[in-house]
Amino acid sequence: MEVVILQRFLNTNYCLFVMQNKLVGKLLLALMFVFTMGATANTHSEPAGLDEDARTKAEIKEGIDHHLIDSYEFTITHGVSMPLPVILIDNGVHIFSSSEFHHGESIVEKGGNYYTISHGKIYKTDAAGTITYAEPNSKGDVYVSNEKPLDLSITKNVFMIILMALFMFFIFKGVSSSYNNQLPTGAGRFLEPLVVFVRDEIARPNIGEKYYKNYMSYLLTVFFFIWFLNLTGMMPFGINVTGNITITFSLALITFLITNVTAKKDYWGHIFWMPGVPKPMRIVLAPIELLGVFIKPFALMIRLYANMSAGHIVLMSLVGLIFVFKSWLATGPVLGLTLALSVLELLVAALQAYIFTMLTALYFGMAVEEHGDH
Amino acid sequence: MTIPTIVGAGLIVIGAGLGIGRIGGSAMEAIARQPEAAGKIQTAMLIAAALIEGIGFAALFAA
Repeated sequence: MEVVILQRFLNTNYCLFVMQNKLVGKLLLALMFVFTMGATANTHSEPAGLDEDARTKAEIKEGIDHHLIDSYEFTITHGVSMPLPVILIDNGVHIFSSSEFHHGESIVEKGGNYYTISHGKIYKTDAAGTITYAEPNSKGDVYVSNEKPLDLSITKNVFMIILMALFMFFIFKGVSSSYNNQLPTGAGRFLEPLVVFVRDEIARPNIGEKYYKNYMSYLLTVFFFIWFLNLTGMMPFGINVTGNITITFSLALITFLITNVTAKKDYWGHIFWMPGVPKPMRIVLAPIELLGVFIKPFALMIRLYANMSAGHIVLMSLVGLIFVFKSWLATGPVLGLTLALSVLELLVAALQAYIFTMLTALYFGMAVEEHGDH
Repeated sequence: MTIPTIVGAGLIVIGAGLGIGRIGGSAMEAIARQPEAAGKIQTAMLIAAALIEGIGFAALFAA
């Protein structure tokens, strides 16, 4: 409501300078609005009698939500999309193209079961496509209570992961086979410093000379995988892979498994019976240390996910401001801010890949550390 | 989005901001004192900032 009042107030103001000063406050105010609206995800309501401003905001929120969640088709631009295969395991395997859903508007019948898409997920339904909703939880969010089939579809995110894996395989295969003499050629000239950076700045100081080579393959893979996927997230196709918590969970799980499977005796000793600590304290500290084993990968997961989705939400909200203001005057500041934040996002993309790799190397270093009494 | 949640989220951001600000400020001082150790200080700074950020995000998710 404040935005509307402020906008009316601004419309009476014809001095351009004052207007631009007020615009900053207006931007912040509108940003707050978009953020608070984004907090109630998963609810889907279109109450009748909305005024035009509220409808615009609802549309922006829907656009942001749509951008952030995974989907069954690869949207290239408005109305143009590439269908991806849907794989469902539900009394046998059903494989069909997501175009049969007609962008979530039709019901698909396979093997006597009916499926429909609701809020970006496939649910079992009846011939009429009924969607039942569970009771709202304490926050007031409503969830679909329909049964879900086991969904192994190649969604947009899975498609991008496969594409990125192939891209990385071919580019690094090409680089490694181009080393016939000492000098790198082609893409190797760009990638060699980065590989050396991961080795000399991340792996060696954190893991130690003795063991770092065992972990280099994973560290390099995870660094380039996260970095490239973060960068594709900045491309104009709405790809948000590292901003999906399932994917960051999988990456953190791999780090967790490698850390704990390759851990040496001293690592467990430091968790359950740490040397140099009074005996009663060891009993108190052991559960906390054990909890830390799980908190570390959990923090890895949350950090990458939250950073990337926050970046996407901010950028999308800024673009949405143009539609909130409905004024050409808003376009300039919004474009400038979007450009500045996009450049910042490029930095964050590299920084998050670096931090994920760095902390992973730190955990590996803790796992393989060997020392005498101290 | 209730008022306690909004206030809590604000407090989290203030706390995390203060923490990261202190780390950044101290790193600046340290680099000014020992420019030759800038690389090492930067790495340590980023790790510490990332850890605080992780806690901040975890708390924001809980809020």
